[in-house]
Amino acid sequence: MALRTLFTKKSLTLASAFRPIAVASTAGDQRLGSGLSQARGLTVAALPDLPYDYGALEPAISGEIMRLHHQKHHQAYVTNYNNALEQLEAAIAMGDATAVVRLQSAIKFNGGGHINHSIFWKNLKPVNEGGGEPPHSSLGWAIDTDFGSLEALVQKMNAEGAALQGSGWVWLALDKGFKKLTVETTANQDPLVTKGANLVPLLGIDVWEHAYYLQYKNVRPDYLKNIWKVIDWKYASEVYEKETA
Amino acid sequence: MQHHTLSCCGGVRPSLPPPLSFRWSKIKRERCRRLPRCARIAAQLELKAPPYSLSSLEPHMSRETLEYHWGRHHRAHVASLNNLIAGTDLDGMGLDEIVVVSYNKGNPLPPFVHAAQVWNHDFFWQSIKPGGGGRPSGRLMELIERDFGSFDRMLEEFKRAALTQFGSGWAWLVYKANRLDVGNAVNPCPSEKDNKLVVLKSPNAVNPIVWDYFPLLAIDVWEHAYYLDYENRRADYVSIFLEKLVSWEAVSDRLDVAIERAAERAREDETRRQEDDTAVSHSEAVEMYLDSDTDDSEAE
Ligand SMILES: [Fe+2]
Repeated sequence: MALRTLFTKKSLTLASAFRPIAVASTAGDQRLGSGLSQARGLTVAALPDLPYDYGALEPAISGEIMRLHHQKHHQAYVTNYNNALEQLEAAIAMGDATAVVRLQSAIKFNGGGHINHSIFWKNLKPVNEGGGEPPHSSLGWAIDTDFGSLEALVQKMNAEGAALQGSGWVWLALDKGFKKLTVETTANQDPLVTKGANLVPLLGIDVWEHAYYLQYKNVRPDYLKNIWKVIDWKYASEVYEKETA
Repeated sequence: MQHHTLSCCGGVRPSLPPPLSFRWSKIKRERCRRLPRCARIAAQLELKAPPYSLSSLEPHMSRETLEYHWGRHHRAHVASLNNLIAGTDLDGMGLDEIVVVSYNKGNPLPPFVHAAQVWNHDFFWQSIKPGGGGRPSGRLMELIERDFGSFDRMLEEFKRAALTQFGSGWAWLVYKANRLDVGNAVNPCPSEKDNKLVVLKSPNAVNPIVWDYFPLLAIDVWEHAYYLDYENRRADYVSIFLEKLVSWEAVSDRLDVAIERAAERAREDETRRQEDDTAVSHSEAVEMYLDSDTDDSEAE
């Protein structure tokens, strides 16, 4: 538990070195979006705390995997995203369009990594706290309607997750436009929104090798089979209800 | 020492474009009949063992990593490839040709990922050796210094490529022969100096032979290549690979083949050009305006 708290809620203020003196960067700040811009600095991303211990998902996911995944991988996405944002703000302030464009891939990758993992941790829950309990409420009905049954959905996500080449994610998404559930995959750290502006992530499963390799080695299907034992359907249901209300 | 030369299956060029109406399940048998070595119909591609024992790269790459990486991942790609191509006309082609044909000009067919990963892993195991590392010499070093400024700058660029391949994939040092991949234009004065060493990266299974480059060195940056030994520390793995594992002899031997191959192809291009010139001078002027017909005949 102590280790986890080390990584919570850091906030950086931009060093003045990144801001050329006397450059009015109002326009640039607006482009960053209201959630990010402040008068004197960026609100940076922070590694979220896990709502359970690293070992609490065993035996489905080992404590060692959870520790590395959270402390190292997610932390690296957060750090690199923040670095890229600082550089972006400087580039915008200087009107350096080339630099702004060049930073896009790092922002997409690391920002995506931060977004995806933040969702992923909420999708998991220890068995003794309700992990693996099937969804009841309206999400349960929607799954039956759109996929036939929960088993059919699980099978579909396992198949698509296993077939995904390289690194990426498999998602249960709500398409807000069509009010319909769909299964999507994204490559690398592309967040779900890259597949459609109407898509809301209810459940994301990380199929990067770092998510399972220490325990499952090359057998990704076994990881996919076991992860359902610690899926927090309550979280997915809450998001679904909020988005369909 | 074994090498992958880019010749395959009776000397077919890896860059041979597939027919426009290409479907992988319907590859024309005629393609293969022209090629004598394709007589081995239904030849199963084999899992090639690394040219050293599985524990001999320790402590830089553990026996356990090789047991999984070679013994499971590489083996599974060989099995999947054999399954997928059995009974299709890819069956019996050389691995290089399967890679290029199944890449299908950027719309990969199902066997591509497996064919390319078999190629990549064969090449990877032969790129490293116990007691590797150090510095190259001879022509390889000369070209590295010519094209990157210095050996260290090449290493830097290679590391950067390996670290910025976002997700699974490979980083490469390749020999890039400066060819114009169009039928109607020529390099007016081709020279060896047009050819270059280049560092690049590729996602997932993609292999630079599909872009007509000649690979000299590859590092696998899929997490399975380093996770058991280095966990998330890809940078450490890449550094150790360059300092302790890479076989510059293998890279150097490949460069010799690449240069020879490029020269051979330049000679072939020159011969073809002379033949075309002769053909044009003998043809009647009116034919030169029949665009589509002449294009077809000249494409041969
Ligand atoms: Fe991950």
